[in-house]
Amino acid sequence: MNTGLSWIKAYVPGLTCTGQEYCDAMTLSGTKVENFARLDKNLEKIVIGQIEKIEKHPDADKLIVCQVNIGEEVVQIVTGAPNIKEGDKVPVVLDGGKVAGGHEGGPLPEDGITIKAGKLRGIPSNGMMCSIEELGSDRNMYPEAPELGIYIFPEDAQVGADAVEALGMRDTVFEYEITSNRVDCYSVLGIAREAAATFRKPFVPPVVEVKDNGEDVRDYISVEVKDPDLCSRYCARVCTNIKIAPSPDWMQRRLRASGIRPINNLVDITNYVMEEYGQPMHAFDLDTVAGHKIIVRRAKDGEEFQTLDEQVRKLDKDILMICDGEKEIGIAGIMGGENSKITDQVKTVLFEAATFNGPNIRKSAKRLGLRTDASGKFEKGLDPHNAEAAINRACQLIQELGCGDVVGGMVDVCQPMKERARIPFEPERINTLLGTDISREEMMEIFGRLEIAYDQGREELIVPTYRQDLECGADIAEEVARFFGYDKIPTTLPTGEATAGKLSYKLRVEQKARDIAEYCGFSQGMNYSFESPRVFDRLLLPKDSPLRKAIVIANPLGEDFSIMRTISLNGMLTSLATNYNRRNKDVRLYELGNIYLPHQLPLTELPDERMQFTLGMYGEGDFYTMKGVVEEFFEAVGMAKKAVYDPASGKPFLHPGRQADIVYEKETIGYLGEIHPQVCKTYDIGTRVYVAVLDMPCIVAKATFDRKYEGIAKYPAVTRDISMVVPRAVMAGQIEAMLEQRGGKLLEGYQLFDVYEGEQIKEGFKSMAYSITFRAKDRTLEESDVATAMKKILNGLESMGIELRQ
Amino acid sequence: MREKLEQIKAEALKQIQNSSALDKLNEIRVSYLGKKGELTAVLKSMKDVAAEDRPKIGQMVNDARKEIEAVLEETMAKMEAAALEARLRNETIDVTLPAKKDRIGHRHPNTIAQEEVERIFIGMGYEVVEGPEVETDYYNFEALNIPADHPAKDEQDTFFINGDFLLRTQTSGTQVHEMEKGKLPIRMIAPGRVFRSDEVDATHSPSFHQIEGLVVDRHITLADLKGTLAEFARELFGEDTRVKFRPHHFNFTEPSAEMDVSCFKCGGKGCRFCKGSGWIEILGCGMVHPNVLTMSGIDPEKYSGFAFGMGLERIALLKYEIDDMRLLYENDIRFLKQF
Repeated sequence: MNTGLSWIKAYVPGLTCTGQEYCDAMTLSGTKVENFARLDKNLEKIVIGQIEKIEKHPDADKLIVCQVNIGEEVVQIVTGAPNIKEGDKVPVVLDGGKVAGGHEGGPLPEDGITIKAGKLRGIPSNGMMCSIEELGSDRNMYPEAPELGIYIFPEDAQVGADAVEALGMRDTVFEYEITSNRVDCYSVLGIAREAAATFRKPFVPPVVEVKDNGEDVRDYISVEVKDPDLCSRYCARVCTNIKIAPSPDWMQRRLRASGIRPINNLVDITNYVMEEYGQPMHAFDLDTVAGHKIIVRRAKDGEEFQTLDEQVRKLDKDILMICDGEKEIGIAGIMGGENSKITDQVKTVLFEAATFNGPNIRKSAKRLGLRTDASGKFEKGLDPHNAEAAINRACQLIQELGCGDVVGGMVDVCQPMKERARIPFEPERINTLLGTDISREEMMEIFGRLEIAYDQGREELIVPTYRQDLECGADIAEEVARFFGYDKIPTTLPTGEATAGKLSYKLRVEQKARDIAEYCGFSQGMNYSFESPRVFDRLLLPKDSPLRKAIVIANPLGEDFSIMRTISLNGMLTSLATNYNRRNKDVRLYELGNIYLPHQLPLTELPDERMQFTLGMYGEGDFYTMKGVVEEFFEAVGMAKKAVYDPASGKPFLHPGRQADIVYEKETIGYLGEIHPQVCKTYDIGTRVYVAVLDMPCIVAKATFDRKYEGIAKYPAVTRDISMVVPRAVMAGQIEAMLEQRGGKLLEGYQLFDVYEGEQIKEGFKSMAYSITFRAKDRTLEESDVATAMKKILNGLESMGIELRQ
Repeated sequence: MREKLEQIKAEALKQIQNSSALDKLNEIRVSYLGKKGELTAVLKSMKDVAAEDRPKIGQMVNDARKEIEAVLEETMAKMEAAALEARLRNETIDVTLPAKKDRIGHRHPNTIAQEEVERIFIGMGYEVVEGPEVETDYYNFEALNIPADHPAKDEQDTFFINGDFLLRTQTSGTQVHEMEKGKLPIRMIAPGRVFRSDEVDATHSPSFHQIEGLVVDRHITLADLKGTLAEFARELFGEDTRVKFRPHHFNFTEPSAEMDVSCFKCGGKGCRFCKGSGWIEILGCGMVHPNVLTMSGIDPEKYSGFAFGMGLERIALLKYEIDDMRLLYENDIRFLKQF
């Protein structure tokens, strides 16, 4: 909402402050000023001048030499402007003065443009006549300005007077951010009321007295509201003998400062009252209203209606319509109809000021795709009292501005209005909530400024009807705090029972995951939770894959963001692809983010949100590098048992020979592998990519931060190296399982130190060599202990078709 | 005898003086002082000396031995020192050659900011908790005093799943989850991902992060809220940070406020970061609305509380002077490496 300070001052005459002071004080009392701008910024030494004589420039075809009377003297000005004639009154910037912009319009230079006396083609020129663009505005705000050339004042303009003042530019415009609860502040009067309370000045609202012509409005119009749930009040008044003309300067200026373009007296009056009171109004040409009858009712499903922007709108039964005796003439609270539009030929005007159901207007406007200034106000829920005040104000202005005659009386179809809210006054509780020690008297003084009355007998505060936001004691506490000053409220720290600050266990495990990933060279990425359903095809998931059962967003930002991800790989691969395409080398990324697995679709309960620890890399490193990262992490979170890697993981997006499920305590807790070359191709990654995905809920269940010290071995170990010829199909994991099983209590560990396949080894076999370590905790091992254990192991190897190499 | 000893000694000292290597010195030691060395031979030949002369000769042999040993030690020490010096001289390297580093990865700037905030509040006795990202309408709106037809619902540009479920637009629902647990007092913060249907551009993202905070106890006041958040701001942005509370409106708090901090780039003088105002808007906060307490099963007559919420990206962008929010979700390693 934009409003000129001069308009506010009209209702708070005592207000004297600079723009910055006003901005700071209003923001601190809760009416936030987003920014403010002086309309007369960089406009200096600009007066109204009258052109007395125009002569041709002797040496330039396109220039003219003007003698301009600026009141006390006549100055010579050379110009190229095409639109002026002798006798015109124009804005003149004098030698040393400033204008805001160039004559082409466009962005205004920060410091304006200084005008100096000089010569144009040899003829002295002592100033400049200005276009509206040079004055920092445009034809949108000053439609009477010519398209090209100098702004020309009306004939009654006073020569020598301040041209900036005459244009209504001696003002500062404030832009406010009004919170949604303060619908009353979407109006000049509402803001003026806040300003008065903030600066402790009297609030002087306009005095509304309507002189009518003695006729009775009921002879002109009748109103029937068929859906009172959607229209709690409908006020109608009629004005006759309408004479369309421009509205007066003062009204135009105020509208301009508010960013509203003046049109004519009738339109300007409705706009003016909407700004002033925050109550949207509508004017119908009464002669187009069939049967001189207004019926307020719901539309029928599928009906069509042409609004006054000439668009045809499709209606439904939840949209409230304003109708006459035969047809619809407007969409209630949103936009009038083309068929009852006011034209310059209008003779009799029907004013409507109504109160419509806020949520209904909001939803209707949304369905119609038609949000207007009016609907924006109605949807917040207006005070029905305001409708009457506003319509009377409009009629007063019609009469005072000589725009027409006002017919007596108002047709008013009104549902019983809510009583003024009463809230118990409990100063102790207010102080307790705020942590203050504000006296009862001080609070009462604040209530006085806010027009909140006090019922001493019942110790209740009585809230004005326009303050629909005040409902309970906490609301009253806020009013006290606002005007006592948020800045004056003390700063303390909560006392009371001490609590232990900590991360939840899950978050601790996640923090460890981040630490380990980073130690291993992985940087943290973040990806969106929603993605395209095409992801499943890109990852080669079969049609019947349960991962394709994803939660669908009803109103997504396009298909690419339409489903909640059920697998974390797409984000990782997309990020790696971005890096690959930008020629970043050796990239390692990780992400901790949720996947969303629905229990059933459509959703009837919250889905299973599973945090996934996803690692991805290309460049330096291979499958075993990634496996190492996984195991470092397991160690760091106390998962000390041996993880099993099952190659039968069946992931279609991974290389069939380079993938494994990660199984821990017989539970699959993730997978790792090389990305399938076809998938790499789909993502445009021209190198091998390795990934690991760990399901954090499983990890959290198995992780522990408890550690127990085991004594450091006192007795020496015995090591035996074995070199074997192993059938190719036998995996290291199988051999190691056998070692553990047969090694017995004395087996301390084993280490694979050589794997070889090639020339010296027979076809279908590979060479493997392990170093096996035995140790007892309580004694030095005898040769016979080791021999027994080794015998078992060798027997086991033999049973797997493994031969010892000599 | 004496002459012979003098001769042996002079010969030994000469050899020591002339030797250039450590092992040579060892040889000299062996040849003169060893079991079969010349001095030892002299001692062995004592039986041929008259008995009364023996102590004297013995003394002389010992003196010669000590003298040789001393010179030997001294020479060896010198030589060792020279050898070490030579070694050190030879081993000089170019310290400006590139370092050999283990490649350590980098945390996302969002996470760094989040951990900063968490650290501060954990220090003040807050527990860090989480809530679901797919939420019910009840927790995201209704229980926060935003009833079915409230315009605030539209303002937040919600992504809906269906009538009952949506993607949470704010972390504020975690307040309700926490209060419903029925354990008082509460001091918690809840970081997490939230969603709003904003098109992606330099300052908007349909998915971003917030941190919610909630304190519920007996006698919690607006003054406590101010004090806590002022303390937080000083920890996060520096000791000299000033804070300003402006009245604002949120459905789930009353009174409500927004907190600005003095611009941590210019210290409040006004710069492009604070758009010349000297202040930067950082969070929304307020006293928990009695309706919210009641709906969550807490008696507003006995308990009060404050809540606050802030955007994580906003803090990260400001702190690290990142000028385009899209960078946060692109995961370009050249960006991530800078944190």
